[in-house]
Amino acid sequence: MASEFPRHLLDIESLRREQIEEVLGLAGRFKRERAAARAGKARAPRHQILPGRIVVTLFFEASTRTRSSFEVAAHALGAEVLSFQKDASSVTKGESLQDTVRNLEAIGADVLVVRHPAAGAPRAIARAVRASVINAGDGAHEHPTQALLDALTLREKLGTLEGKVISIVGDIAHSRVARSNVHCLSKLGSRVRVAGPSTLLPAGVEKLGCEVARTLPDALRDADAVMMLRIQQERIADARIPGTRDYARVWGLSARTLELLPPRAVVLHPGPVNRGVELSSEVMDGERSLVMDQVDSGVAVRMATLALCLGAA
Amino acid sequence: MIFLEGGRVVDPATRVDGIRTVILDGGRIKEVREQAPSPGERASNEVVDCRGLLVLPGLVDLHVHLREPGEEGKETIATGTRAAAAGGVTTVVAMPNTKPVCDSASVARFVQARAREAGFARVLPAGAITRGSLGESLSDMAELKDAGCICVTDDGRPVMSAGVMRRALEYARDLGLPVMVHAEDLTLTGPGCMNEGSVATRLGLPGIPAAAEVAMVQRDLLLAEMTGAHLHVAHVSAAGTVRAIREARARGVRVTAEATPHHFTLTDEAVAGALASVPAFRQEDAPPVEPYDTHAKMSPPLRSESDRQAIVGALSDGIIDAIATDHAPHGPLEKDVEFERAANGVIGLETSLALTLALVRAGDLALPRAVERLSSGPARCFGLPYGTLATGAPADVVLVDPDRAWKVDPQRFHSRSRNSPFATWTLRGRVIRTYLEGRLVHRSEE
Repeated sequence: MASEFPRHLLDIESLRREQIEEVLGLAGRFKRERAAARAGKARAPRHQILPGRIVVTLFFEASTRTRSSFEVAAHALGAEVLSFQKDASSVTKGESLQDTVRNLEAIGADVLVVRHPAAGAPRAIARAVRASVINAGDGAHEHPTQALLDALTLREKLGTLEGKVISIVGDIAHSRVARSNVHCLSKLGSRVRVAGPSTLLPAGVEKLGCEVARTLPDALRDADAVMMLRIQQERIADARIPGTRDYARVWGLSARTLELLPPRAVVLHPGPVNRGVELSSEVMDGERSLVMDQVDSGVAVRMATLALCLGAA
Repeated sequence: MIFLEGGRVVDPATRVDGIRTVILDGGRIKEVREQAPSPGERASNEVVDCRGLLVLPGLVDLHVHLREPGEEGKETIATGTRAAAAGGVTTVVAMPNTKPVCDSASVARFVQARAREAGFARVLPAGAITRGSLGESLSDMAELKDAGCICVTDDGRPVMSAGVMRRALEYARDLGLPVMVHAEDLTLTGPGCMNEGSVATRLGLPGIPAAAEVAMVQRDLLLAEMTGAHLHVAHVSAAGTVRAIREARARGVRVTAEATPHHFTLTDEAVAGALASVPAFRQEDAPPVEPYDTHAKMSPPLRSESDRQAIVGALSDGIIDAIATDHAPHGPLEKDVEFERAANGVIGLETSLALTLALVRAGDLALPRAVERLSSGPARCFGLPYGTLATGAPADVVLVDPDRAWKVDPQRFHSRSRNSPFATWTLRGRVIRTYLEGRLVHRSEE
């Protein structure tokens, strides 16, 4: 079964449901072991999964959370970690992306964990190297491990994703998290709904296999979970939104608008949260928020992904 | 004299379509006749057996980037015109976005001199609309016309100022110069790098709405109507543009238009790696490629299937007058990079005819009409005396084996660049010989 998992994790779109289930199953186990270890009950005996393997995190875009999460995951499996932060704009004409990564491969990388501002860049890298490539976010295309960790978090909370209604609210147009989640959750049997101002809904988004809600109440109605996306300051300069205050007025989740959500429904956010914009502090720190649990799932999902891509699970 | 005997001669300008003999003499067409060469004629002249072949007027391509002067690593006038000859194209209009821009007589004369030295195709330079193609002040259009420029264009970029465009149209009208426009409202394009729609959304690439083209075409049609100038719309990509041109023509606006083989063959699905949309291509003829293939990146972008069908329809009913390649050579430094950073454009001179014949095979376009869009149609756009086998016309002739299948291998192109979206495709229709003013400038090696 493990041999069936692809060598590269470039997107969720091309994964089959069984492959997603495989990651979630393994990640769930890792997550429970880590929790047990933290509680002092047992040590997580996972250092022998990737001993001596070299995991390179190659980030062409600033990120601390995702990168740290991958690095903790790699350490937990006994792998060596090398981390490179490069400014994509400084990769000048002449040194192609392929040249850059071939150099890293010569160092002996077994896995390249890549974040890049250009959609499709991890795929181009995967073509150029023998190492496994894991996409840690490419432009507005996909962020597969984020969707997997969201799915793990939700499944643990909701029991199953089959038939659940999950709404994703915010800047869908620029969100790789939204795209990966639409693919992932719909493959797992959920009904996915996206919502946001028209300026931030990309053309033809329903063809990804989701519903579109035009208002926040419509997005929240009957939902089992709502995932709020981060709104970026650049969207003001782009003339996509007038400002964060106006945005929050219509699309922010506050104690008041939370009332529109069914009582058992939960709230997610991929982070970092703009407090008072997408989520009010009360909601973010409230009992329905799974934000911290998402971070915990992240390490487990990345451990599972590294192990499966290297055929070591 | 050269006798081209027994082929199916298709010359839409003279309404000939049938088995004929074409006689070339002294660089001109002497005669197209039904009668085969007599024994006496055979004895004293070269006779080429054209049975099973199409005998067509040399093709006219209104939109070619030859890159010289300034970017000879991508293409030179010699390599670009050699590619033209291999594609059956005997007349090319050279775009002015060279380095320096063709906004002066010296650049225009240089281009023509280089073309004469190379001798593979007739090169007619297009001059810039504005100095340096910066969109601000008018270029010396009278000087450009005297130096041989047959139209003006800032191709590659639009003239964003409506005020400047209005004056350019007025000034060009006085000189009898057509104004070719790359219609694109850059404020609607923004950071877009492919057609806006579900494919761009799935790939996470910023989109360019069709309205970026249509809005600018509408503006320029209004200005052409107001000034009485001749507007030529380059590389139509959107159904809305076709509709706008149709309506403008109906109210008497002087407008002509061209479309490219990539826009009538492919859709934005090509960016996701999908196949040809033309039904004449079987899957094995047009194998899928990897997603984010930069050879599917050009400006204007590949659009939706309904846009593609509107273009095919307009080629058939004449709203689009010409098939032009927008041959745009780029090297690996520009193309072997992330999709969003890659240069726009693909080459097309060596595949244009075969892709057009695929439309004919698909039943989308009758053969004489297809030939017309490649020869006399474009010639008529700019009032050129080429693209016909009429008696006395320059003896530009192309012999084509319409059924010969060949695999597109960019390594074997005569062009210096390899950036074709049709690599590894199997096309049908091969240029066997090309004559330019009676001289053999290309002969198939197979």
